[in-house]
Amino acid sequence: MESASNGHGHEHGHEHGHGGDHIHPPPSNFLTKYVFSTDHKVIAVQFFCMGFTMFLVGGLFALLLRWQIAYPFQPLPFGLGEVIYASAPGHTMPPESYPTLVTMHGTVMVFFVIIPLLTGAFGNYLIPLKIGARDMAFPLLNMLSYWVAVPAGVLIIMAFLSEAGGPGAGWTSYPPLSALPQASPGSGAGQTLWLLSIFCVGWSSIMGGINYLTTIINLRAPGMSLTRMPLSVWALFITSVLQVLATPVLAAASILLLFDKLLGTSFFLPAGINVGGQAIAQAGGGNPLLFQHLFWFYSHPAVYILVLPAMGLVSDIIPTFTRKPIFGYKAMAYSMAAIAGLGFIVWGHHMFQAGMNPYVATSFMVATMVIATPSSVKVFNWLGSLYGGSIRFTTPMLCCLAFVSMFIIGGLSGVFLAATPVDIFFHDTYYVVAHIHYVVFGGSVFGIFAGLYYWFPKVTGRKMSEFWGKVHFWLSFVSFNGVFFPMHILGIGGMMRRIADPTIYQHLAPLQSWNVYITMFAVVLGFSQFIVIANIAVSLLRGERVGENPWEATTLEWTTASPPPYYNYLQIPTVHHPPYEFSVPGMESDYIVQSAPPRSA
Amino acid sequence: MPQGLQLFPQQASTIAKHVDWLYFFLIAVTIFFATLVCVLVTFFMIRYRRGAKVDRSNPVNHSTTLELLWTGIPLVLAMVIFAWGAVLFYAIQTPGQGAMEIYVVGKQWMWKLQHPAGKKEINELHVPLGKRVRLTMTSEDVIHSFYVPAFRIKKDVLPGRYTTLWFEATKLGTFHLFCAEYCGLGHSRMIGRVVVMTPGDYEKWLSGGGNEEPLEVSGERLFQRLACATCHREDSKGRGPSLAGVFGTSVRLKSGASVVADESYIRESILEPQAKLTAGFDPVMPTFTGQLGEEGIIQLIAYIKSLARKPDSSAPPTPPTSH
Ligand code: HEC
Ligand code: HEM
Ligand SMILES: [Cu+2]
Ligand SMILES: [Cu+2]
Repeated sequence: MESASNGHGHEHGHEHGHGGDHIHPPPSNFLTKYVFSTDHKVIAVQFFCMGFTMFLVGGLFALLLRWQIAYPFQPLPFGLGEVIYASAPGHTMPPESYPTLVTMHGTVMVFFVIIPLLTGAFGNYLIPLKIGARDMAFPLLNMLSYWVAVPAGVLIIMAFLSEAGGPGAGWTSYPPLSALPQASPGSGAGQTLWLLSIFCVGWSSIMGGINYLTTIINLRAPGMSLTRMPLSVWALFITSVLQVLATPVLAAASILLLFDKLLGTSFFLPAGINVGGQAIAQAGGGNPLLFQHLFWFYSHPAVYILVLPAMGLVSDIIPTFTRKPIFGYKAMAYSMAAIAGLGFIVWGHHMFQAGMNPYVATSFMVATMVIATPSSVKVFNWLGSLYGGSIRFTTPMLCCLAFVSMFIIGGLSGVFLAATPVDIFFHDTYYVVAHIHYVVFGGSVFGIFAGLYYWFPKVTGRKMSEFWGKVHFWLSFVSFNGVFFPMHILGIGGMMRRIADPTIYQHLAPLQSWNVYITMFAVVLGFSQFIVIANIAVSLLRGERVGENPWEATTLEWTTASPPPYYNYLQIPTVHHPPYEFSVPGMESDYIVQSAPPRSA
Repeated sequence: MPQGLQLFPQQASTIAKHVDWLYFFLIAVTIFFATLVCVLVTFFMIRYRRGAKVDRSNPVNHSTTLELLWTGIPLVLAMVIFAWGAVLFYAIQTPGQGAMEIYVVGKQWMWKLQHPAGKKEINELHVPLGKRVRLTMTSEDVIHSFYVPAFRIKKDVLPGRYTTLWFEATKLGTFHLFCAEYCGLGHSRMIGRVVVMTPGDYEKWLSGGGNEEPLEVSGERLFQRLACATCHREDSKGRGPSLAGVFGTSVRLKSGASVVADESYIRESILEPQAKLTAGFDPVMPTFTGQLGEEGIIQLIAYIKSLARKPDSSAPPTPPTSH
């Protein structure tokens, strides 16, 4: 590590202004300061507000779905049906709403909650601060990436409210179902708006990714060599590579599907198809599997876009609360790179049952089995980080511990799904739903909570309430497991996903009580989130004021004021230490910030 | 075991127990690792909580041996699971010789099934016990998925191409048949059943009811009616290639490439004749899109297949596995 003490990259920074030493005055105009701001910190907060609002929207969708599964077509409690299903007969869920809600829940959570929160909010806030830069390399592009995500959010809500019916082909939107309004009422204007929205949000992602890559490569402070970067920066770097390489494929897929819908092309429609006995004139020459390949070529890397940044956040937080460097820094960085690299050649594991040649399936299977290895390396390294530490059970730390133990469960259920003979049974059942949620909720969402509690003092200058944080954590953790663990049992029992009414299946009758318990826990899980909102609101006004470094952490963001000034650092720091110098033997203080003067050896 | 907490539904096909062995192995591995991690997390949490009096003088922040171990062991395990899974997967995907062939057409929201002897069913499939059954499946409209949990089989049913599936039932009785792929508003009502009968009962069932004609006979009639026969003559003097013996062989195309003449190729040749032109012929074949439903196409395919069997009555050509 000694060899890397000279900061390359920084020298180029001077010419580009924002990495350089001169300081711009902050904008004085309200509009440029808070709305069309180019300040990465403001943009991060904007992304956070959007992501968190959408989290509530997506959560509401989920609760409506859960009610329907537990009590199919029965009125909502407390007369809520009269408000939510005001125009429906009997004020119960109309049949066409279920698929729309499934589609919206998945889409909102993936594209408008997790990705914006992890890369848009945390990525934006932390990258420049953690590498010692004044802002992103392209502040204007950064602003654009937010202001493209906003119309995307508006479009997705418009899609939902579309008069002809909201999109209803699932977040995966496979054609021909998604292409033909004859096949599903939501596949008209609703699906078209969905596609436009995904196209926009994809652009936002690409712009963000390019910006992060450029920033991390060029604007690192002197001495911030690659091997001194905090793991969160590594994670965001690798995530950005995925975003930049994979998202264009999603954009292409959505454009082709838009053409099929609007221009009468037939990329995904084979000859001779009929819907309800009505021949589809435009169909011919297309291949519905092509869409699946394009979609998963993006969406498998995308699931790692959903989790790698959270892994990074957790890897930054754990050392602070164990007072001990992360275990195996290099292995942590390499394993993330390995996950990302392999992540590009495993997309076919979503299509094992889609009529794929068994030889091709096997090659996807081997890659998927291999990708489980770096994932397990990470888990063991986090365990190693606890070993011999001095653990402080703060709320962010609890969230990190939840992350580690829930992620391992999700990873292990992934191995069942990767074993093709077993996946034959589990594909398209609730087992997959359980898997998804253990990695994305148990993993990413707890990672986001950890990050929220941990960096809130930096962003606002005030701490969140620890007490209410812990209440929120424990309620969420217990009800999370109450909701998603039984879904494994439902999957094993053969309950298919995306079914509006499990009670019409004879074989599911003995399992229906699980569905009722799950829904009860889901309500608790949903309402627990109001605690964190209240905590944010109250803490903003009355939280305990904190100084620069309330957690006694080591990375650069903790060396500037809380909240940081517009220009982040009065003087660009010089980095002399690796990112997690805790409890160094023979030192008085148990932590050394990265920019502390070098130890005289 | 209580009904609500079964480890897996009943096994009713030859492959089910093999799949379940792999599944049980995975459960064992999972329980081991999940317990290991959760116990260690809890143990470390307690032992190394702040203020606990333990020796922290020599913090381990890195250990190549340990890291190699916990990379190596999971990797080896993963490869064992892979090898086991791959061998089993081939067995599950390859129907082998002499399977009895049933055609499946999915549409919103029903399953239509046709037995080789011509008998048709809707949402119900009768099969004999202890005999290999190969399903050749296609969809009229959107993607469906043919799922019989007790047989551990599931395969998407796609429009515009054929996928295949096989099973051999080991238990008499009625088993659930579901659509597993979301296919529109009626998806959760797309339910059927598979009835497994003794071979004797099956024969009786087949011969009961109306006297349907075998698929290939209906196919031959269509072949005449649509005037396919004017171009495709057995004596190779027509404007199109002779179709005798073509099924299952490799066909050379004008583009220089070659394809195996399987069900999907024949379907494409009928609906989009210009898509893959056979070498040595002019592009004169008209499209039959709009004149034929999926069932009609299946009858023609059955007829063309039967032509392939005629000249050499010994072994039927091996059907290609699914793509
Ligand atoms: C006008 C003459 C004509 C008619 C009528 C016709 N075909 Fe063809 N068919 C051709 C020609 C020429 C080819 C070879 C060129 C090509 O691939 O299109 C061909 C190719 C085929 C092939 C591919 C065979 C191979 O060896 O590659 C199949 C299968 C086929 N036709 C089936 C049919 C069926 C079934 C019908 C009736 C529904 C039909 N054809 C009607 C002229 C015809
Ligand atoms: C050990 C690592 C993992 C393995 C081996 C694995 C394997 C798989 C497999 C084989 C499937 C397809 C299942 C099917 O449809 O039949 C799947 C689905 C899925 N996985 Fe994973 N996975 C892993 C980790 C992750 C992670 C980290 C995430 C996200 C953060 C994730 C998110 C998803 C999602 C969202 C789906 C479902 C997509 C859908 O059909 O809607 N997985 N996984
Ligand atoms: Cu995947
Ligand atoms: Cu279906």
